[in-house]
Formats: sequence, C-alpha cells, structure tokens
Amino acid sequence: MTIATRRAAPPDAVDFLGIDALLSDEERLIRDTVRGFVRERVLPDVATWFEEGYLPRELGRELGKLGLLGMHLSGYDCPGASAVAYGIACLELEAGDAGVRSFASVQGSLAMYAIYRWGSEEQKREYLPRMARGEAIGCFGLTEPDFGSNPAGMRTFARRDGSDWILNGTKMWITNGSIADVAIVWANSDDGIVGFAVPTNTKGFSASNIHRKISLRASITSELVLQDVRLPESARLPLANGLGGPLACLNEARFGIIWGAMGSARTCYETALEYSKTRVQFDRPIGGFQLTQEKLANMLLELGKGTLLALHLGRKKDEGTLHSSQVSFGKLNNVREALAIAREARTILGANGVTLEYPVIRHMNNLESVLTYEGTSEVHTLVIGAQITGIPAFT
Amino acid sequence: MKIVVTVKLVPDPNAEKRIDTSTKRLVRTGVETVLNPYDEYALEAALQLKEKAGGDTTVTVFAMAPESLKETLRKALAMGADDAVLLSDPALEGSDVWATSYAMSHALKKIGFDLLIVGGLSDDGSTGATPGALAEYLQTPLVTNVRKADAEGNSLKLERETDTGYQTVAAPLPCAITTALTFGEPRYASLKGIMGAKKKTIAPLTVGDLGLDREVGVSGSKTALLAANPPAARGKGQVVEAADGATGAKAIFDFLKERKLV
Repeated sequence: MTIATRRAAPPDAVDFLGIDALLSDEERLIRDTVRGFVRERVLPDVATWFEEGYLPRELGRELGKLGLLGMHLSGYDCPGASAVAYGIACLELEAGDAGVRSFASVQGSLAMYAIYRWGSEEQKREYLPRMARGEAIGCFGLTEPDFGSNPAGMRTFARRDGSDWILNGTKMWITNGSIADVAIVWANSDDGIVGFAVPTNTKGFSASNIHRKISLRASITSELVLQDVRLPESARLPLANGLGGPLACLNEARFGIIWGAMGSARTCYETALEYSKTRVQFDRPIGGFQLTQEKLANMLLELGKGTLLALHLGRKKDEGTLHSSQVSFGKLNNVREALAIAREARTILGANGVTLEYPVIRHMNNLESVLTYEGTSEVHTLVIGAQITGIPAFT
Repeated sequence: MKIVVTVKLVPDPNAEKRIDTSTKRLVRTGVETVLNPYDEYALEAALQLKEKAGGDTTVTVFAMAPESLKETLRKALAMGADDAVLLSDPALEGSDVWATSYAMSHALKKIGFDLLIVGGLSDDGSTGATPGALAEYLQTPLVTNVRKADAEGNSLKLERETDTGYQTVAAPLPCAITTALTFGEPRYASLKGIMGAKKKTIAPLTVGDLGLDREVGVSGSKTALLAANPPAARGKGQVVEAADGATGAKAIFDFLKERKLV
C-alpha cells in the first residue's frame, strides 16, 4: 500500500470538496459562460425585477442566443448538450434567480421537450428552432385550480368534432403563460389524457397573470382559460398517450431543479459567509462566534452533499441509468436543504437578511415555490416510499 | 483575409492579486487563468470583421503561455475563432517585453497574417508596449485604439478613438491594430460554440520551431524587474462636521472645486 504524502492544498471556502475537478474542461467553460452572463445580465437588475414582479421579455432571446433553451435536445437547432451540462446551466441561472431558471426549465424541459418527445415531425420543425432561439416562448398547462398533485383528475376536456378537437378548461400556475406563443395543454378525452400544442392566438384561448405572489416574482405566472378552443388534429401531440406524456416532461424539469436549488443555496451561503466576515458585533466579526460558525459549517455540508448528489444523478442520466424515483430523491433532498440553507443564511444577515439589498430572502421566498412545484416534497417522499416498500401510499 | 489575434492568458482579474516576493511574479496557483480581458475585445473585433467580410476570412488565435494553460485558449475557440496556435517553452519563462515580442514576432511570421489584432494592454503586466514592439519586429504599420474597422479590398478603413473624437485612417494590408474598448462588448460563447470548440485545433509551437538568432527568457531580456509592490494603503478620509445639509453640501462642493472636479 502506498500512503499519499503530498501535502493537500487547503480547500476552497465554497467548493470545499473540490467538485470542480470532477467536471470536464467543457463543462467548466459552460459554467463560466453562464455564470458570467448571470453576473452581467441578471444580478444588476434582478432585485428590481423581483420587486416589480416581471421578467424582461428580451431575456428569452438572450438565453436563446447563448443556446440554453432546449440545450439538452438534439437537432432542430438545439445543441444536444449532456444532462450534466444542462444541470450546470440550471445551477448557474438559479444562483442568479429561480425565476430565470424557471423560464429556461419551462421553455426547454417542459414545452420544448413535450414537442421533441411527443410531437410530429411537422410540429418539431415548426416550433423547436424558434423556441431554441427564444423567438417563440412556450408554456406547459397541466395543473388546474383543483388538480395539482392529482393531475389524472383534470377537468380540461378535449372533445372530438369531426376531424377537429374542441378544448374547454382552466389551467393554473402556468409559468410564462401570458407571454407564450405556444401552450402545451394536457386534457382528458374519451381516449384518455391527450396533449396539444396550442398556438396562443387561437380563438377562445386567454391567459391572465396571477398577481400578489411573494415568491418567484421575477417570473410570469398565469392562469390559462380555454373556451371552445377549436384545434385541428395536427395540433395534437400524436405520440403522447396517457398521463405518462406530461409526467415524462416533469421528470426532465425536476432534474434541472436538483441542480438549480444548489445554485440558490450557493448564493445564500456565499452571501452569509461574506457578511459574517465583515459584520462586527462585540468588537469582532460575527463569523468568529461559535454559533455562526456552526451555521456556516452546516450550510456548507449540505451545499457540498447536494451538489455532489446533483452531479452523480447527472452522470447517471447521461449514461441512461437514472430512474424517475432517483430524480424524486434528488429534488426532495436538494430543495429541502436549499431552503434550510436560505433560512439559516437569513439569520446570519439579521435585519439585512429581509431586504432586497441582499439576495438571501429573494432566494428563500423563491424556494418556497420550488419546494412544491414540479411535484411537492410530499409526493416525492411517497414516490421514494412506494419504490422501497413496493406499496404505493397513493394512487 | 487571414486575421490573427494575439491573446495573453492572465490570472482572473476578479481574483485578489498576490505577488510572490521571491520571483516577483503574480501568484498563479489557486487563481484561475483567463483570457486577458483586453484581448477579448481584440477577438470580438476579429469576429465582427469575419462576419462582415465572410468568404474565406479566418480568425486564428495566437498565445504564448505554458502548455498547462492550453485549455484556457478553448474559450477563444468557443467564441468563434477558427483555430489556435500556442507557443510554449520553458526557455521563454521570465521574458520581458523585448524578448517576448521578439519570440512572438517570429511565431507570427511563421503563422502568417493579413491583419494582426492585439489587445491594447494586458491585465497583469500592463506595459502596453507589446503591440508597438510586435509591429516593429514585423515591419508592419500599427494603428492603435481602433473602434471600428472595415476591410476594403486590400486595405482597411479604420476609426481611431481619440480624446477629442475620432480619426478615420486608411491602412494597407498586412497591418496591425490595437482595439479600443468601444469596438464592442466581447460576445458570450454560445453552447454550440463551446461544444464545437473541442473539435478545433490548438497547434503547438516551441522555441525550436522559430529559428531564433538570439536568446529569450531571463537571459534574453534587457530589463529586470527589481521589485513589485502593492499600491500604498489608502490614507484616512477627511471627516467634515457640518452643522446642516447646506453647509455640508458646500463643503463637498468646495472640496471638489479645489481639485477642479466640478
């Protein structure tokens, strides 16, 4: 046995485990590029977007120019990046704001992926290149006012009328709804659950924004109303059949959240660490007090473990061995821990922690949404429970 | 048109700079190496010219740096350069501007160019002397501080930024220019660019390939760095007690006026 005698370099205060070294040069370049974009284009204004409750429309085109929309899809002007590369981009975008990451998630993993996976060749050619460039925006309508965790009960109904379809129903909590050019809408029908790519200028389609949110404010959230929306058969996603259609899309988006949550967590930890070194109380930096150090150390533990977990699941996804219950494992753990980190960071910042002068409370409030969207933590807990016992606790 | 852009690899300007007192060089360990920010503007200028000119215009990036920093050049390729050449040799370590530009000029002659674009300054050394020295060794005209460039047949129409406005200058090819920061913000590498960059070549060059007839490195340098010191610590600010807002405002105004700032 050889004993390593080389003196180990002291670890970085943020990348304490040296996870950087597990990334390829290309992955690091993607990370640096997205991080630079966020630093220059998102961070200077995001607190204002959050305060005023909007996301600038041109940001979509800029994300498209970078190639981040539908980045893990291949063909149709999409770059065909790896799952890990997509995860890294999600992490860096959410280190800016979960609203920006949600925009990219919904566009790429929900709307574009639905067309990519379940759409016809014509639909792919019509929508994907424009969506990749950010020229056309997509949204994803599954959740309804009365059907969140139980989407199978959805009331939106698609009725056949000759060769056409007539859609009626309401979709709720739809990111990008009112700015979308195309809405992926899931509906019950006599043949079970079917999906449609609905051009938002179709007669009978309307979207109104949900106001008075105090989370994900730098993100558009809408209600979609479909009133006798008449669509040709060519608008139906021909390969989607049953609830598996939308759930496959959600699985893609959840994968991005596993990474994104660690972006929020990293920003909160970095902010708290920096603050603790400069904020002086009782004649010394508060970072020198044992209670603060315990908080920082606990935050760092979960940040390191969560990031390693994200990378591990990403590598599995790239080799094709990632099971959907493992995605639940990642989302459940990383969002829960990110929220705990954000709350702990808030206490280190004291009163400054509740203002938008610092990013912490913005991330903390955002994570409250991330905790329940794309599958609540309760549902993810029960997915894992069903997987390990073989007994589903809900149907 | 063959455009060559020189790129220096420097410690991340956003990181705190530390100087090793024994070697008097910047400490590079633990600090990420990046493309010299001024050179990113030079590359942006080259890529804009290529987009305008189209046809068979190519952009080659040239760097003189340790072989271990090779992958840092990949970013320039991801931004859109067609290929890169990296001159690496332990013999080059410790070269001053005199020796550096001598070695670089020989490499540039070997690569060949119609237009050479050089960043105006390096973030680490900050001599600003390399562009002039290169033009002298290469016997090409040099137009500095260029904010706009158009290729017109076998010559260039250039706009030079000056204190009082700008000048329009014509220059024949081959020539060398340095770019002003007003040329345009360097573009982000796109994901497709990043993924395509790994297929582009970074050709190696060593001192042995250049046929130099004098030494480089420390022994080939004329100047020697005696000491590298951090800037003097900032003195204590002046505190003015003012009775009310108007008196306070007047004190600030007088302070600025005294220094001819208003």
